[in-house]
Order: sequence, then C-alpha cells, then structure tokens
Amino acid sequence: MPVAPLPPNPDPVLNQKITPALRQKHGLLPEEYGVIEQILGREPTLTELGIFSVMWSEHCSYKNTRPLLKGFPTEKKGPTDKFGKVLVKAGEENAGIIDIGDGWAIAFKIESHNHPSAIEPFEGAATGVGGIIRDIFTMGARPVLLTNSLRFGDLGTPATKRLLRGVVAGISHYGNCVGVPTVGGDVYFDPSYEGNPLVNALCLGTLRHDQIRRGAAKGVGNPVYYVGAATGRDGLGGAAFASRELSEASAADRPAVQKGDPFMEKLLIEACLEMMAVPGLVVGIQDMGAAGLTCSTCETASRGGAGIEIELDQVPQRETGMNSYEIMLSESQERMLVIVERGREREIEEIFAKWDLHAALIGLVTNTGQMVVKQHGVVVADIPAGSLTDRAPVYQREARVPAYLAETQAWTPEKAGLADLTAPTAQAALPALLGHPTIASKRWVYRQYDHIVRHGTAVEPGSDAAVVRLRLGDSERFIAIKNDCNGRYCYLNPHRGAQIAMLECMRNLACSGAVPLAMTDNLNFGNPYKPENFYQLKECVRGLAEVCRFFDVPVVGGNVSLYNESAAGAIDPTPTVAVVGLIEEEKHITRQFVRAAGDRLILLGGAPDELGGSQYLGVLHGLKTGDAPRADLAAEKRLQEFLLAQIRAGRVSAAHDLSEGGLLVAVSEMLFAPAPAVGAAAPAWGATLDLSNLAGGRLDALLYGESQGRALLAVAPAAEVVVLQAAAAAGLPASAVGTVTGDGTLAVSAARLRLSWPAADLRRTWETAIEEAMKRPGLE
Amino acid sequence: MKIAVVQFPGSNGDQDTFHLFASGLGLPTRYLWHKDTALGDVDLVALPGGFAYGDYLRCGAIARFSPIMAAVREFAARGGLVFGICNGFQVLCEAGLLPGALIRNSCLEFRCQMCELTVEASSAAFSPAVLGASLRLPIAHGEGNYRIDPTGLEQLEANRQILLRYAHNPNGSLGGIAGIRNRAGNVFGLMPHPDRAFERFHASRDGLPFARAVLAAQFPEFQKKSA
Repeated sequence: MPVAPLPPNPDPVLNQKITPALRQKHGLLPEEYGVIEQILGREPTLTELGIFSVMWSEHCSYKNTRPLLKGFPTEKKGPTDKFGKVLVKAGEENAGIIDIGDGWAIAFKIESHNHPSAIEPFEGAATGVGGIIRDIFTMGARPVLLTNSLRFGDLGTPATKRLLRGVVAGISHYGNCVGVPTVGGDVYFDPSYEGNPLVNALCLGTLRHDQIRRGAAKGVGNPVYYVGAATGRDGLGGAAFASRELSEASAADRPAVQKGDPFMEKLLIEACLEMMAVPGLVVGIQDMGAAGLTCSTCETASRGGAGIEIELDQVPQRETGMNSYEIMLSESQERMLVIVERGREREIEEIFAKWDLHAALIGLVTNTGQMVVKQHGVVVADIPAGSLTDRAPVYQREARVPAYLAETQAWTPEKAGLADLTAPTAQAALPALLGHPTIASKRWVYRQYDHIVRHGTAVEPGSDAAVVRLRLGDSERFIAIKNDCNGRYCYLNPHRGAQIAMLECMRNLACSGAVPLAMTDNLNFGNPYKPENFYQLKECVRGLAEVCRFFDVPVVGGNVSLYNESAAGAIDPTPTVAVVGLIEEEKHITRQFVRAAGDRLILLGGAPDELGGSQYLGVLHGLKTGDAPRADLAAEKRLQEFLLAQIRAGRVSAAHDLSEGGLLVAVSEMLFAPAPAVGAAAPAWGATLDLSNLAGGRLDALLYGESQGRALLAVAPAAEVVVLQAAAAAGLPASAVGTVTGDGTLAVSAARLRLSWPAADLRRTWETAIEEAMKRPGLE
Repeated sequence: MKIAVVQFPGSNGDQDTFHLFASGLGLPTRYLWHKDTALGDVDLVALPGGFAYGDYLRCGAIARFSPIMAAVREFAARGGLVFGICNGFQVLCEAGLLPGALIRNSCLEFRCQMCELTVEASSAAFSPAVLGASLRLPIAHGEGNYRIDPTGLEQLEANRQILLRYAHNPNGSLGGIAGIRNRAGNVFGLMPHPDRAFERFHASRDGLPFARAVLAAQFPEFQKKSA
C-alpha cells in the first residue's frame, strides 16, 4: 500500500533523489532496494537509505552466512548441573553467556577489525579492542581478560613491519589503559595476508546470573538515554566499509576508521556496571558499535518488540553541522544506548555525573514498532524496526570446489621427488623453523601488552593456554583460554583445517589442565560472491560444527568477516577459534615447560607421519601444498581425556601439544622456560631423545611433520610405567621418547641419524627472531 | 593498621593494590574517591597504577590537581605514610611529594615483564639485610624512565633515598632507579608492581616483603611481627 512520502527536509542534501548510482554506492543490489521500497511503501529518504545499507551489510546482517551458522550447536547436551549451561545463546544478544557454577557466569566473544587495521593499524586495532569490551560489559559482565588473533604477511617486508608495529601498539594502547589484561593470543605470518592483515580481538567478562542484561527496548514511555562520548564524523559507514574488498583506493576511506579513547571506555565500563548493579533501573542496554546509533536503536526496539523514537538534536555532538545521515551512521567509539525504567531518570543521571560522562535523554520507547528518527523536529526516518533486523536479505551463495585443491591434495613427497632429510639438512631445519616468526617466541608482541593487571594471571603468555584466576565474590575459579587457526591447513582442506583449529585449541586447554566449556569463532574469509571462497567458508563451518557436536562444546557467538582480499586475491580461509575451559582445581594448572632433570618425555598419539601443510614444507622448501593432516575426532577425544586424567592424578610435570613445526619444535619449546627475570640467565634444560623405535617412515615427517592428536608429557621417572600402562588401557599410543637433562643440549637419535644442538642457541634463535626483525636502530 | 587506596578516574590497578593489603597482608583496606576531600582515619594512603585522567598529558599531570591530593599532601606533611605504585609514583612526582620525573621508556614501547631489582641500603626497613640482596617484581608501564637533575641525584644518593635499582635496566632510568622515598622517609614510590606479586600463583611473591617494609617505616613492629 503506498504511503505518503516523508515531509521534505529543510536540508537539501537530505532530499536527494535516490538514484541507482546512490544505491550502488551504498552497496545495495537492485532487488534489495526493491524490498526497501516495499517495506516502506515509498521511496526512502537519504537517511533511511543509509540506515538500510548499514543494517543490511554483511557485517550487521550476516546475509551471506546466516544459513551456514545455523549448523552450529548453541546448547550443551550433556550434564550441566555443575557448570557449562548456556544461559544466553549465540545470536540472541551481544555475547553468549555460560554458567560456571555457584550462580556465576562468563560472557565472551571474539570480533574482527580487519579492514580498519589494514588502513590505519593503530586506531583500527585499538578500536577493535574497545568494541569487543563493550560487547561484554553491555551484557552486565565485568571485562576481565582480552586475547587476540593476528595474521600478517611476510615479516620481511616493510609494509608488514609497519602493520605489526601499529596493530600491536594499538592493542597495547587501548587494552593497557582500560585495565583489562591481554593474556594470550596467536600470531601467524603468511604471504596470503599481505595487504589484508587479520585483527580479531576477544574479551571475556564475569557476572552473576542475576546481573545478565538484555539489549531490548521495553515498556512504552521508558526513556532512552545516550551515554558516553559525543558523536563525530569518524567511522562514518564503517560497517559498510568492512563489507567490501580492500583495494588501492581504500586508503581514501580512512575517515571510515574510528578513533578510540580508552580512558573514556574505562569510565564507561565503571559507570555502566555501577548503573546495572542498581536493581531494576536498567531495562535494556546496547553498545553503539558497528552502525552506531542506527544499529543500537533498531536492534533494541526489534528485540523488545517495541518501537523507539529519538530526536537527534539531543545527541551529544563534537562537530557542528552534522546532518541526520551522518549522526545515524557515525561509528564514533565509546557510546552506549540505555533504556531505563520510567521515573528513575535522576538515578542514571547522578551515576553518570559522578563519572563526568554524558547521559543525554534522546527519546522514548513507543508501541508503534517503528524506529522514528527526528532532527530539528522533522522526521528523517520512519522504518519498521523489525524490518532492519529480520527482513535483511538472506542468500544461499553458490559454492564451487577450488581448482587448486585437486593438485595440492594429490601431492605427496614421493611423487614430488622431495628428498628425505640427511644429517646436515635435519640439523639445519630445526633452527630454521624455530626462527620463523610463526613459530618463534611472540615475546616482542606480548611484552607490550599489560598481561598482569587485575593480578589474576596464573599462566602468562608463552605457554599452551593462558590461565586466569577469576575472583567471584568470596570464591574463585581458574579458567584457561586459547585461540588458534592454521590458515594453511584450511587452504589445503577447509573442512579438516577448521576441525584442526578447534581440536588444537581444546588440546591446548587439556595440556593446561582445563575442560572445554564453550567456543566463539571469527570466520575470516574472502569475497563470498566468488564460489570458491564460499566453498571454503561452507566447508570450514561444517568442520567446526562437527567438532562442536562431537565434543559437546557449544558455540556462544562470534563474528563473520568477509571480503578479506587484497589486489593479490583472497586470504587463506581463517576460521579463528577460541575455546574457554575450566580448571577445577588450582593444582591442576599445568605449563609446557620442563621442571626437573631426569623426567621422562612421553609422546602420546603415535609417531608423526604426515608432511602436508607443514611449516617444514613452507620454511625449508617454499611449498604450501599437500593435504592437511588427518583429524580423528575419536582419537583426539581419547588423547584429551587422557591428558586431563593424568594431570588430575598428579603425574604430569609438563605437557605440550604438537603443532606447527612438529615433534622437535615441541620438545624445544618445552625446554624454553622463561628466565626468572629480564636479563637473568634462563634455565639450561636439555633433552636426550631416542626415536629409533618410531623411525621407519620418512624422517622429515617424524621430526617436523604436523600430524594431529599428539602431545608430549614430562613425568617423573617413577610415574613413567603407570602413565604408559594407563595409555595402553585407554587405547592411546604412547611411547617414552627421551629424558630431560640439565646439560643444555638437545640430542636426538633416530635410525642412523645423530643430531645435537646447544639448547641455548636454539632458544636465542627462537626468542629473538621477531625482536631482531622489528629492531629500530638507535633504540635499546 | 588502616589502609586507603585512592581511585582516580582511569586508575586500573586499584583492585591490585587493594588486594595486596587486604588479601596479601590481611589489613583493613578501603577505597577513597578522587573527589573526596578528606582521608578519614587512615595509616597509609596508596596511589595505585593505571592511567589517571587518561594520562593524555604527562602522566599524573592532571591527577595532582584532584581534590583528594590536597588531603594527601597534608597527610604526608604530617608524616603519614604515602605509597605510590606505577601511575601512583608518577602522580607523586608530579605532585612534588617525590623528586624527579618519569618519561617515556627509552625503547619507546610499553614493557610488561618480570624484573630483578637490587635492594639498596636505604633505611632500617629497606635494606639488603632485611629484604635480601634482590627482589623480583613485574613492571607494566610505557613511561617509567626515571629522570632527575644532577643535584637532585646527588641528594638522592647522599640521603639514601633510592630503594631499588633494576638489575637490567628495562626503560632507560637514570642509574637504573626503580623506586625511591622522600627524605623524611614517609613517602614511597616505585614503578614495579608489588601489587601483582603476592598471590600463590604469581611468578614472584616479593610484593609482600616490599609492602611490609613500607609499613615498617613507621610501624617497625609490623615487619618484625609479620616477618
């Protein structure tokens, strides 16, 4: 039914005719625009066009991925009487929430800020951290830890160095100032990320069950408040910007990158948590992240099944002459929308006055179901709120198997005529791998992050998983967290690569003494309109969902970042996974570092026998080929249960999983316990390995292959037999492969091969690779 | 023994400092708000780590004008114990309660790492004889590079006001200075974090003897009792 057009706006800019060119500039397809006209029954105003364009962007609507994401389990099937129940499911709110027992819960989520970081690494990464923190405290949770997952191109190029330096400084600036420790992360370097780095940030917060807050506008006549920083023109249309491919011209989009103010965020956290602690005061709350005021108003109205009416003249503004289009689409940071109980306006205003923050009354909840926006008293947008969230288009994109897969998956070292290792090449390979920035110590990165503020960090960055003590009223809990994804595996086998990402995170948790609770994922892929990219996306999601089901680990939310392409093509598919686990007793906390000479090293899961997708092929032979390693879910489960059982039985002095670089890299990493203080001598551990019983196949695969489902334990000699017997009883291959020594030498014999390295040399190579690459002449 | 921890807007080590005294030493501890003008009944005032007022200007340059700082100054002048950690140290220097200034780390980056600190013979409570030759405490700062003019340094040395020096200088501090006291011996400041080195699971628990030494400056029985 045709509806009368909105009255003409006094500002001629806002009266623009909506031309096809303008629609295209807003990233709307002709058929999408048709739906908008149908919803409104008239031509949209420019402000409305902008609102639809951001709400229907991939970033906000998941229009290309929604059908796929439905495959994820969002609830735990097994017993949840002690902990693990999903209290808020993925997709319902800004972040999912999991019960951790005794009336306490955790909220956590990962989110990307890839494109802003590609253009403006410092601010892009900083505001990525700010955004994910708001997603957590908007749920009523106190943010207690951060992690991040970063991908860059080849560290040898000045462009990558600039991006790495900027991104790390940005995260450091924001996270350190806001006072939430950055306790862990993962960083990979691969040419596929050249020009399109990935910056995914995760935040976790704690709350009591009765503190959970919803982003819903309810109660006709309830006042709508805008709190936090004033609105400027920064970040204009950032969500739409994030939903396009990067190009040479993207630098001109710099105004679409927001600028962060962590001090403002810190005040906002404290003021909001103080406000939410007042019983019954807050009806609904939502942060203004992507698509700012637009997204927060229509989503709260839509969730509450209500309408919302706001007057933009009441919105605090830091620039003059902003029109309604600019105010609605601005992505200025550190802003929240709060709906409070009518009649209690003074209470919220007093709290924000205490913190010297804006709390502006900008509108009311209505019963019309419409999102009505006025400026200077003139209606500039009048849209059914639900249409923006529920009627966003959903596409089932075409998927096509990429042509390269036939060739890479058929690759074998034999067919390729790849010579196996000899003593000299085996000797040279280990330092080469340890010195590759993907494997090398990330100390250069994490020493710039405050990872100890809040004094809860029990296992600092550098071990398998970070462990943090949560203070919950008078009690406490230890949780472990790990995020990871090997994009190389996902490129070579999207389904299996994604499975491995999740399996490895859980294996890291098991090595740290934790049972997995739930996962959050950040799907970083190329343009979904290219069928080969969509195939990768679809297969990765299928793989992740299978692992989640098999292990009964629900997905509590996440983020999708598509269009990660540069002039050279799409990035390797990177479904970054983060898993949070619970450590039931403090004494179960386990690290990867050996602790006593004479301890026996036990390899669990059998001898590595695959080379495909390995760092060895990449670093030593310049190859990204072969099939990804096998992923046996049942075997993996046996391994992880065994690890936990042995840790709980008190038999494990160190545990470390095998991953990038394989067996010898894993053993080396176990020897690299951090020095007791900067500049002090590091412990001079060594190890003697005898792999003769495992040799027989290719040596390169045994020493440096990346077969999955494997871990190393260090156990006291007296425990060796018990552990081996328990493994046999559990049906888990296990063999004692060596002994920890105090002589500072890593000595390996395998078949006729005799290898030996001074551990201190290996450590130096591993510890300083990134530092050397990032050195600035003239500075200490 | 009553402890108060000042909360500035942007303080983020307030809970760390609170728990160092409350959980670590089991002392009655409470917070003071930066807009407060009186300290109340208190034996030690602690200024915690963080980024007071965002520290977008010089660190501590705005915090020194907080209403609470007039009361802290007066308390210090009466001989009360004042203890600044990290940002709190920066605020005390800006407020003139401690000499010198803290500037950007010489590496131009934030540093979060464990440091070995050499204990200087400063007073009865602060000496290698009591604390051992060295302590291990973590740092977490971008601006911990201690500077002072040559005369000021001479006085620091002559009056034995230096408490700790870095065994391996992480930030370019003059003479490796990590922590100092005022001449009267009732105001203390350091960049390292005793408030993040006291829990069972921390890599070091040297924060406890350090905090006891601060208290012992005025209450010698405290150190003996708790040692």
